Amino acid sequence: MARPTSSHSKPGRTLLLLLALILALGGTMFLQKAFTPKLGLDLAGGTTVTLSPVTQNGAAPPEEILDRAVNIIRDRVNGTGISDAEVAKSGDNIIISIPGVGQSEAIKLVATTAELRFRQVLAMEATQLPQQLATEAPKPGGSPSGNPSADPSAKPTSSGSQPAKPEPTGSRPAGATTPKASPTGKALSSALTSPAPNPSPTATATQQGRQNDPKKGQDKKGDDKKATPTPTQPPQQQQNPGVNPQGIDPAVLKQYATLDCANPKNRGQGVQDDPNKQYAACESDGSFKYVLDVAKVVGTDIDTASAGVRQGSTEWVVQLDFKSKGAGEWSKLTSAAYNSQDPRNKVAVVLDGVVITAPNIISPIPGGRAEITGQFNQKSATELAEQLKYGALPLKFQRSSIDTVSSTLGQDQLRGGLIAGVIGLALVVLYCLLYYRGLGIVAVLSLVVASILTYTAVVVLGHNANFRLSLPHIIGLVVSIGITADSFIVYFERIRDEMKEGRRTLRAAVEVAWVRARRTILIADAVMFIAAVVLYALAVGGVAGFAFAMGLTTLIDIVVVFMFTKPFIALLARLKFFAKGHPLSGLDSERMSAEPAGTSRRTTTPQEA
Amino acid sequence: MGLGRRLYRGEIDVDFVGKWKLWYSLSGFLLIVSIAGLLINGLNLGVEFKGGSVFSFSAPSATIEQVREGFREQGVHQPIVQTAGDRWRVTTETLPENTMLQVQNSISKDYSVPVNQVNVQSIGASWGGEVSQKAWMGLAVFMLAIILYLSMAFEPKMALAAIVALVHDLVITAGIYAWSGFEVTPATLLGFLTILGYSLYDAVVVFDMIKEVTAKLGTTSKQTYSMAANNALNHTLIRSLNTSLVAILPVAAILFIGTTVLGAGTLKDLSLALFVGMIVGTYSSLCVATPLLVTLKEREPKYQAIARRLASQAGKGAKGSKSAATAKG
Repeated sequence: MARPTSSHSKPGRTLLLLLALILALGGTMFLQKAFTPKLGLDLAGGTTVTLSPVTQNGAAPPEEILDRAVNIIRDRVNGTGISDAEVAKSGDNIIISIPGVGQSEAIKLVATTAELRFRQVLAMEATQLPQQLATEAPKPGGSPSGNPSADPSAKPTSSGSQPAKPEPTGSRPAGATTPKASPTGKALSSALTSPAPNPSPTATATQQGRQNDPKKGQDKKGDDKKATPTPTQPPQQQQNPGVNPQGIDPAVLKQYATLDCANPKNRGQGVQDDPNKQYAACESDGSFKYVLDVAKVVGTDIDTASAGVRQGSTEWVVQLDFKSKGAGEWSKLTSAAYNSQDPRNKVAVVLDGVVITAPNIISPIPGGRAEITGQFNQKSATELAEQLKYGALPLKFQRSSIDTVSSTLGQDQLRGGLIAGVIGLALVVLYCLLYYRGLGIVAVLSLVVASILTYTAVVVLGHNANFRLSLPHIIGLVVSIGITADSFIVYFERIRDEMKEGRRTLRAAVEVAWVRARRTILIADAVMFIAAVVLYALAVGGVAGFAFAMGLTTLIDIVVVFMFTKPFIALLARLKFFAKGHPLSGLDSERMSAEPAGTSRRTTTPQEA
Repeated sequence: MGLGRRLYRGEIDVDFVGKWKLWYSLSGFLLIVSIAGLLINGLNLGVEFKGGSVFSFSAPSATIEQVREGFREQGVHQPIVQTAGDRWRVTTETLPENTMLQVQNSISKDYSVPVNQVNVQSIGASWGGEVSQKAWMGLAVFMLAIILYLSMAFEPKMALAAIVALVHDLVITAGIYAWSGFEVTPATLLGFLTILGYSLYDAVVVFDMIKEVTAKLGTTSKQTYSMAANNALNHTLIRSLNTSLVAILPVAAILFIGTTVLGAGTLKDLSLALFVGMIVGTYSSLCVATPLLVTLKEREPKYQAIARRLASQAGKGAKGSKSAATAKG
């Protein structure tokens, strides 16, 4: 027989430790003023959309690209003004959770994968950015909206402060000999690039100020002017009244006049644009606003896009190949732009309703190939190519599941789960009291402690690790009542075995039985825990949630049995009521087979084997 | 003394191991029936596995025809309409988002339900494949991990017996689902997975006792492995029954609430699988896992020797106790 453990003499200390643990969890709750668990959408009501990546060979996409997709989708969802929406990665999948109402918008939003559109610019002007934007922007790479598509927008700075290289290769079309303004400093042609000076002093000032240092904006402007080969600047670009209204829908013009590009909402990716209508849009960093023609060429017309270094130079470019239908349209679009006056000689690349770049067309582009040049580096060129290829997302996704739960159904489910939990707990308590009598009280108190620990753990996890209680969790918790209770049952039966042996006092029996029960409980809990970990790691959706609850309660079970049940029984064993085997204690002599029947029974107990 | 009292006092001695032929044939029969059910009927897989769209809403005044007609008007081909109380649940093929929203709006108009109170669930066809593929993989990894763990904590033969009992439980539970036509949803899957845990948990507690008891068996022991194992089993019987009861009580509560209050849904699906599985699991840990373990162990030379010696003693003992005593002396 194993010897009593050291805890024999110090049950009080263990209980105090447990009390400290509970107080710590409770204290955290009070400090954070969080008293209720965060609920999942199946209980609180809301929409959950699961997106699965579609890759060509079915292999898992690289983590980094998936992360980027998560960020883009998050921006897009937040851009619509839905609050509290969550976008999270789950394995290879992306799960979007949108609480509360507005579900149909959300579904529409997610249903519309980012559309890439090529629109001819009809009018444009630089915006007066508010000071707030100007000061926060200088952080490298950080756009005011946190928009991931902002990276291309960081390029204007470089191209603005130092003009794009003049095209080294000859044969420039007549129209391109006069370099035209390009706010983004990029040019688009079949083979050629043009220098891209900034269109207006205003624009330069804004861009410079925004990107570098607001205070030095004035000086830079001067530098820029010098560097600009031919700063031809049509006056109508400066102010809305100067916009040439010819061919522009008056309604769109009105929209344009009031369009505030300083508002991140107008630059978020949630903006929806109808390809068949003219459209007023902002540059992704808010520095320009545009009136754009109907989309003549759309993202689906693109066959491929790739980033590469142009032959014979070190310049990074983005190459576009159009499908045959798209090539024709593209040729028409570029001819139209080429034959127009500034600013209508630009074609805007519109992604998710936001202009990411609007290069000049320096020649019509037949043949279905185009090249975008500018001050790209490998990273930015690759990123733009990816955006052109897939729309805003660096991956193709399919919607695997959409689940909308109304708040009433959610409440019903929550209530159902809680009622089931209460009934289940009550039945278990009743049974324990009837069967184990006095010891049953220990079981009931242990369950109470386990419940307190579980509740506080769920609340604290909810507010610190963003753990959201969902229906599978609740079921997992209710089911685990049985597992927790089993640990006591194993222990109680062991104690009674020891007492039946008749060799020990209760105090000794409690200790010896503990050593034997402890091993059983640990092995059994280990099995449950392995199950939980495997399921959590491999499963998707609700199964993972259920597994999490199971793992959590298994751990709590061990804590309760070790830190509460055992020391508590050790304390009780000192009481006369239990030690003398009172009929109501559950350790009475009748129960312990003191009768002759019991003696005969003893021949078959395993200890006799 | 009544059975209840005997149970309470732990004075019970059932020959589980000795009746192995009965258990094996009973389990064999159940397995054959279950596998036949799976082959003939197959499982009634929910939309989560097949792909499809599910609309649920509450409309006290609607009739089945009305609801079905309403869906047909929206261009839905084969709506499956179910009802529980006021709640309606309509299953369709996977609908494109636009149609989904149209249907949602038309339900909202037809039965004057706020559009946000129409629950929609839409699952792409390949998603279900991924869910079940992940589940199978989880199952395989889980079993492997458990076999390894139990082989270390106990011994490989116990791990084998426990896993066989576990597969036994799963197949029979699946068989019950196949024959009854209960819908298999991800929640059902959760139920199955929990059964795995319970089935093993139970077997672990019993095996732990068997290990403890049989460790004392030596060449001079008065018990064969079967007898010792059966004793261990009886010894933990109270605990097994108590545990099972305590585990089934909350599940029964969920099942009750799930069916009466909420109608079809996660609660019902899960608790049904658990309820069925736990009953099968309790049976198998007593009547399948242990007899199987004994069958495996009795083939070991050490325990064969004990069995032979005790058998010959018993033979002599039948002739006369004196000769037995002399043989022993």
